[in-house]
Amino acid sequence: MLALFYIFIAIGIALAIWQFKELIGFKKVIIENKDFQKVYAIAKTEENPTATEKDNDFHGKLLLGFLVVFYILMVYCLFFLNDIMLPESASIEGENDDNLFLITFVLIGIVQFITQFLLFYFSYKYRGVNNRKALFYADNHKLELIWTVIPAIVLTALIGYGLWTWNTVMDLSDEENPLVIEVYAQQFNWQARYAGIDNTLGRGNVRNIKGINTIGIDMTDVNSADDIPVRELHLPKGRKVVFKFRSQDVLHSAYMPHFRAQMNCVPGMVTEFGFTPKFTTEEMRMQSETVIKVKGINKLRKAKGEDPYEFDYLLLCNKICGASHYNMQMKIVVEEEADFNNWLKEQKTISELVQ
Amino acid sequence: MSEHHHKETFVTKYIFCQDHKMISKQFLITGIIMGVIGVFMSMLMRLQIAWPERSFTIIEAFLGSHQSDGVMDPDMYLALVTIHGTIMVFFVLTAGLSGTFSNLLIPLQIGARDMASGFMNMISYWLFFISSVIMVISLFVEAGPASAGWTIYPPLSALPQAIPGSGMGMTLWLVSMAIFVASSLIGSLNYIVTILNLRTKGMKMTRLPLTMWAFFITAIIGVVSFPVLLSAALLLIFDRSFGTSFFLSDIFIGGEVLHYQGGSPVLFEHLFWFLGHPEVYIVLLPALGITSEVIATNSRKPIFGYRAMVGSIIAIAFLSTIVWGHHMFISGMNPFLGSVFTFTTLLIAIPSAVKAFNYITTLWKGNLQMNPAMLFSIGLVSTFITGGLTGIVLGDSALDINVHDTYFVVAHFHLVMGVSAIYGMYAGIYHWFPKMYGRMMNKAMGYWHFWITAIAAYGVFFPMHFIGLAGLPRRYYSNTAFPLFDDLSDVNIVITIFAIIGGLGQIIFLANFFISISKGKKATQNPWRSNTLEWTTPVEAIHGNWPGKIPSVERWAYDYSKPGHEEDFVSQTVPLKKGEEES
Repeated sequence: MLALFYIFIAIGIALAIWQFKELIGFKKVIIENKDFQKVYAIAKTEENPTATEKDNDFHGKLLLGFLVVFYILMVYCLFFLNDIMLPESASIEGENDDNLFLITFVLIGIVQFITQFLLFYFSYKYRGVNNRKALFYADNHKLELIWTVIPAIVLTALIGYGLWTWNTVMDLSDEENPLVIEVYAQQFNWQARYAGIDNTLGRGNVRNIKGINTIGIDMTDVNSADDIPVRELHLPKGRKVVFKFRSQDVLHSAYMPHFRAQMNCVPGMVTEFGFTPKFTTEEMRMQSETVIKVKGINKLRKAKGEDPYEFDYLLLCNKICGASHYNMQMKIVVEEEADFNNWLKEQKTISELVQ
Repeated sequence: MSEHHHKETFVTKYIFCQDHKMISKQFLITGIIMGVIGVFMSMLMRLQIAWPERSFTIIEAFLGSHQSDGVMDPDMYLALVTIHGTIMVFFVLTAGLSGTFSNLLIPLQIGARDMASGFMNMISYWLFFISSVIMVISLFVEAGPASAGWTIYPPLSALPQAIPGSGMGMTLWLVSMAIFVASSLIGSLNYIVTILNLRTKGMKMTRLPLTMWAFFITAIIGVVSFPVLLSAALLLIFDRSFGTSFFLSDIFIGGEVLHYQGGSPVLFEHLFWFLGHPEVYIVLLPALGITSEVIATNSRKPIFGYRAMVGSIIAIAFLSTIVWGHHMFISGMNPFLGSVFTFTTLLIAIPSAVKAFNYITTLWKGNLQMNPAMLFSIGLVSTFITGGLTGIVLGDSALDINVHDTYFVVAHFHLVMGVSAIYGMYAGIYHWFPKMYGRMMNKAMGYWHFWITAIAAYGVFFPMHFIGLAGLPRRYYSNTAFPLFDDLSDVNIVITIFAIIGGLGQIIFLANFFISISKGKKATQNPWRSNTLEWTTPVEAIHGNWPGKIPSVERWAYDYSKPGHEEDFVSQTVPLKKGEEES
């Protein structure tokens, strides 16, 4: 990106020098031309406050040049910034999102390239010339019908596919035996709670917060005793996880970009989201896009003398929540189901902790 | 209304003035001042994002106790985010754009001596002025100004324990916005009544210039949606000051449980976005109206598909009031409701596409006059398309999940409503400056202004989409807490440099504007050879607009290059020739 920027700067400087030369050239005319009357006449036409034929020509061409530069910028961003994008979805549900995204992006990309071309090319081609009359062309029902109906059809298809994806992702009702996890937000950190052997979370309310029970689990609820509060999120690969989100103070948003998952945490209310992890953390580290991205990051970190970075899934806060909003995160570890079960067994339940 | 010779003192001419032309200038100048503040804030934010740990003298100089050694505090960053958004959306692009041009153009283009109620018009400006002053004062509150984002979602905006800006700063924000809503409502009602009742003879609704249609529909959306913001603000004031629980429930903060129970922040989100989304179109439609006028005039061609343009304005306006939920796909509301909002949201793409195609067709086979106003209009169509297309990604609930609240959103809305609306405002200023001040703005400076702004705007906001797709959340004070985002820092530096170039480029405009007021070349009566009525008034602005009778209108506003006419424009006041058909 910086390299492209330097090219732009170079073009800008070249343009400025060229403009400067023009100025000097203009001056020369004044010096060489001793007929002041004539110079005055030139200056007078220059002062014309509306656009002259010369202006039209110059700026029409500039608009075409702008189109070229804009195309270069678009192509550069679309293809060369790929290395810094998120790798492929790490959840099964997220694959649908990625597909839909690809289709949408190709579609709007095509429209963008064509319409911007038409806009700037017409601006260039029909730049004003004296003594030419524009075409009086006020209406064409057929044309208008075409560009109402075609977008309508395309959008209907997009809406259909989009809604199908949305419903697939959001529907948590017919899952058999999902793993239920509560994600709990507070200024400015995350906690989580596993539902334990009964796979049912005990009730929670901020009015129960006391001592080690920092997330307000209702200890009188029979489902609570085996709940397991933790500070690092572990997920089993290949099993559907249903998250229940709570917040104790302000709005937060649980954002897990690698899984294409996000849901707000709302005080006074429980929100839900679910997905099935597809790659373990280890697998994701070996994934080619991740390798390229991490390589790029470490190159920069090395130059600054910082420790190398190793890929990890993350849970970020993505709803403005206060001073340390920018640093509210929790590590997520995805592992094989057996490893996950072993890890979970080592964690203490809330009843053990309270005693 | 027609006594245009009465004596004026300074007070009646410049302060308690009821003349719509003067009020429009008052709106414009206030809007420009607020705009300078808003843009300056964005520069400070960009410095912080690009170089989070570096010390800057400019930050030390301006942020006082909200910085240490030239590095701003996280709270202050959020305050800048909040106030930048508020100022740009409401004070610059609503009052500054709509207030200026509705006031200037409605009576002039429909052929009226003044607004329906000059007094209400004056009140509207002064309420706006008071609200601006309060908003500026809130910047100097000890704990800092409001810092919960321009969307002021509670509980963050309700609890000073959560963020210091939610104390006095937030109170002033709410008071300022309540007054602003009143100003906007009074103004909008006046615009609606004026357009409906005071059109001159022959000015049928179907002969209104598209600017008038845009301002008319904008005013209607404003009247429908702004009161809801007022009620949301009032309920929030109740929660903050009187202990009610409209938006708050089950909160544990600062080591204690608060008494709130049963309220829901989601309710606030609904109320806020019931205004918030139409607001986008309140900002955008006037800019599109101005562009229609400027593009037609400078293409020397009728606007293509006048009826379709009017229809699409109405369709956009209608749809804009039933799509607010697309800001809330992941707020915890029922996913089925999300489906409905996805459907209505994506429908907006259809009238928007019609508008974009019609603009492009208007250029086709025209005789384009490349003055600065025209360049800004072409720029508007370009950014409107670029920004609008990414709306198809964001409006699709399934895709929104992963890009919601990332820089992708920031890039999208800045292009489609920020940059586009500002371009429309600039186009309007360059085009109607001669009508406002009887002088021309400097053309060469206008060109420099456009090219610097156009390059900087895309330089800032195009790459920004991609750091959003890389997962970078917006409103982060610094990205250093996540090594994951380390490779985005180069892009962020480039964006900041372009932002600074763009910001400095606006100085050219300011210089041009203020110098031209007194030093500009004297304008002729109809410098752009335009058809609309405002160019039939004398160059020297007078009370009542026309010295004699108000001219009557004989044709629509877009008879440019019409066959059978000598000139390439035919004023609306020229009667149809024998056998000539009205388009």
